[in-house]
This record gives sequence, structure tokens and C-alpha cells, in this order.
Amino acid sequence: MSRLMSTSVIEHGELTTKKQSWEGISQMEQFKEGTTKINVKDLNLFYGEKQALFGVYLDIHEKQVTALIGPSGCGKSTFLRTLNRMNDLIDGVKISGDIVIDHENIYKTNDVIKLRTKVGMVFQKPNLFPMSIYDNVAYGPRMQGIKNKKELNKLVEESLRGAAIWDEVKDRLKTSALGLSGGQQQRVCIARAIAMKPDVILMDEPTSALDPISTLKVEELITAMKKDYTIVIVTHNMQQAARISDKTAFFLNGEVVEYDDTDNIFSTPQDQRTEDYVTGRFG
Amino acid sequence: MGIRVNFENNLEELKGKITEMGEQSIVALERAFKALKTQDVGIALKVIEGDTAIDNLEMDINQFSIWLMAKEAPVSRDLREIIGVLKISSEIERVGDFAVNIAKATIKIGNTESLLDITHLEKMKELSIEMLRKALQSFLEENILLAKEVGDLEDEVDKYSGETYKKLTTYLSGHPEETNQLVQLLFVNRFLERTADHITNIAESTAYLIKGQIYDFNS
Repeated sequence: MSRLMSTSVIEHGELTTKKQSWEGISQMEQFKEGTTKINVKDLNLFYGEKQALFGVYLDIHEKQVTALIGPSGCGKSTFLRTLNRMNDLIDGVKISGDIVIDHENIYKTNDVIKLRTKVGMVFQKPNLFPMSIYDNVAYGPRMQGIKNKKELNKLVEESLRGAAIWDEVKDRLKTSALGLSGGQQQRVCIARAIAMKPDVILMDEPTSALDPISTLKVEELITAMKKDYTIVIVTHNMQQAARISDKTAFFLNGEVVEYDDTDNIFSTPQDQRTEDYVTGRFG
Repeated sequence: MGIRVNFENNLEELKGKITEMGEQSIVALERAFKALKTQDVGIALKVIEGDTAIDNLEMDINQFSIWLMAKEAPVSRDLREIIGVLKISSEIERVGDFAVNIAKATIKIGNTESLLDITHLEKMKELSIEMLRKALQSFLEENILLAKEVGDLEDEVDKYSGETYKKLTTYLSGHPEETNQLVQLLFVNRFLERTADHITNIAESTAYLIKGQIYDFNS
């Protein structure tokens, strides 16, 4: 499908829009097309009496990066954690609505471990275990029962390569992971997530604790990873959302105000509140 | 203190520079045409000298816009506004260049009996200035209907330009001794027609800034 570019005219004092084909960037448009990986319907979440999410509907596309933006306390991290049921660990949380991943309602399954294998997570601060780089990456697969050393070696290398950190750590795999820089630790965390062979990777402000160069490395990595994974990322960095994501959802007070292709959100948002937020007029 | 007050002030400053540039171009057009009408080479030379000020303002606007983009990382409407300013300043600079071209044509015509009365050139100049004023007002007030009116006025300029071409070429066939002046007036006809095109581009950039959609007022 080719990208359609709208050309607008004013006729008889009324604004009308003509559609023109723009063949030159058809590949870009194809890239943005996608099949739904995660379907969220009428999701409500309560922390005790306090409602944090209000009737959220969202279709997250396969092998794309979806950014969740919004001011602090708007519900974006809460929403992210519902996608692999991390909120189950918090007392007093009540959830209604449906989240369907690959045709399976994740709140109607009892196998949460399988869900969290399929939907991995990377947190704000690198949270490596106090063990070697190798053991950190091999930890999940070992817990799943993989004991074969050759198989583990292959998996660790593949995962570290996938996280663009292999060349930097291949000669020190048996040294403590905590001796790495913050940016390297975060990429090892991503490698640890990849080692579980997930379909979806959730990232909660993965670069907020990193310096600008490490941030750019992680951003490059995220862009490269989307050929294999569906990525949902919470970020406070507007430019980061604009740079790396295909779709952006703007959350405010527990609701999704606007959800669209990222270039629309950052060039011609439809809702005044989105406009005010992305241009830094509030938040 | 509100959020991004400094940025808002910078955007206002940019708009102020565009207004100043627009006013200077209007003065240049008025003067160039006065020179043509009165065959006053002195005024024509002043128009040519004055163009440097318009060029300098365009450079100022470019540098200021680039600095603002680097400093503020604008998105959405802010980005469209700065891009709009960059495009509009370039169009106004071209209007200033056409005023210079008219001044040069005046010098080439020299001191001879003016044939301006057989053309619609004065009307085209007046329409162009009206268009520029409307385009600038549309930009400052973010009024899309004013931008549309600019496109309508351009149709009138085109109509007068076509008629002027016919009148000048018909006159030329009967008065070959006036070839030099008639050719220069044909050039002026073209300069004014192009001036109106560039002013229409200003209106289109303004409409894009306001609505985030691309408009074609020439169709």
C-alpha cells in the first residue's frame, strides 16, 4: 500500500482534503503496517479504591516499537505492567477488561510464568544479579531447565550479540556484571530478557539512568531489535519516543488521550492536550 | 511563570522579524514601481542598494531559526511555525529581488516616453502589495481564510498579466522602434506575476502552519 499524503484546499469557504498518492515512500508505509500482537479492551485498574486506568483500548502491533508517553502519575507504567501481569504482585490491585496476546486472554490463564517468558521486561535502572555476566544471561534459561553447557554457551552469545554488547564483554564473561558501566549493564539486562526468547519486550524508562552516549546505544539497539520483537516502551524523553517508536500513545490521568503513528503525534496531533504535552506546554 | 515563556518570546521575536522583512519588501516594491512610473533612475538605485537590508534580515531569521531548533527541539505546531518562518522569509527575499529587477528594468528603459499606461502593471503591483499584506496578516493572526484570499487575488494578477502580455506584444508589432522599452515592460510583467506566485507560497506555508496540511492555492 502506498502512503497517502493529504493535500487540502478550501472550496466555497469550506476546508476539504484531497488525497494524493506518494509512491516514493511506499516502503515506509509498509513498514508501519502491522498485525495486532496485543489487543487491550476496556482496561480498568484500581489500586484499592483509587482508579489508575480508565477504559483503555489499545492495539499494539507486532514487531513495532510502541511508546507510552505522559506526565508522571498518568498510568503509563501501570499500563505497561499489566501486559505481563506484574501488577499481580501488588496487594489490592483490581483489574477489569481484556488483554489478549496472540489470541489468548492473559488474565484468564494460570500460567503466569509462561506469560512472563513470552513478555519480558527491562526496568529503569539496570538490575543485574551480583554474579558474572555469563551467569546473569544464563540464569533464566537454567531456571527453565537448560543444563547443556554447549547449548547455554550458544544462547548466551546469541543474546549478548542481540543486545549489541557481545564485542565489549566476550573476553570477560566470567567477571562480575556489576563491574560494567551503567549503559553496558542495561544492555546485559536486555540480553538477559532476550535469552528467554520472548515475543514482546516491555521497557520502563530504560535509558533514564544512562548518559547520552549509552542512551543512544540503547536506542540504536531498540531500533535493531524490532525486526524480531514487539517492543513497548515507557519514556519521559519526547525526542526518544520520536526517534525510536512507530506508534505513540499519550496517557493522561489514566486515560489514553491519543494513539497514532508517532510522526502524527509529533507533527500534527489531533487533541489539544497532546499538542500541549509534546510541545512542553504542560507536564 | 508559565512553561516555555522564553521560547514563546523567541517565537514572537521571529514573527516580528518576518513582519519587518515584509514591510521592507513592500516599500521596495512601491519604490521600484514609482521609479518605473516616473523613470527616476535615482529611486531605482536606492531600491537596488536597499535590498541588502532585506537579505541581511533573511540571514538573521535563518540563523535565529536554526539556533531555536537546536536549543528547543521543537515539535508539532512549534516546529511547523519555525519551518514556516524559514520558508516565508525565503519567499519575501524573492519578492525583494523582483523589486530590484524592476528597478534594473527602469534603468535599462532610460529617459523616454513611458508606455506604462497601455498595461495593467500598476494594478498588478497594487494587487501584489495587497496580497503581501494579507499573507503577512494571515501569518501573524494565524487566519487561514485570509491565506485563501491571497490565492484568489493571485488569479486576478494572472489574468492581468495575460492581458498585459497581449497588449505589449500587439503594440510591439506596430511600434518596433519601442522594442527596448516594450521588452523591459514584458520582463516587469513577468516579475510581478512571479512576485504574486511567491506571495501565494507564503499563504500556503501559513496554511500549513495553522492546519498541518499541505494546501495548494494555485490550483
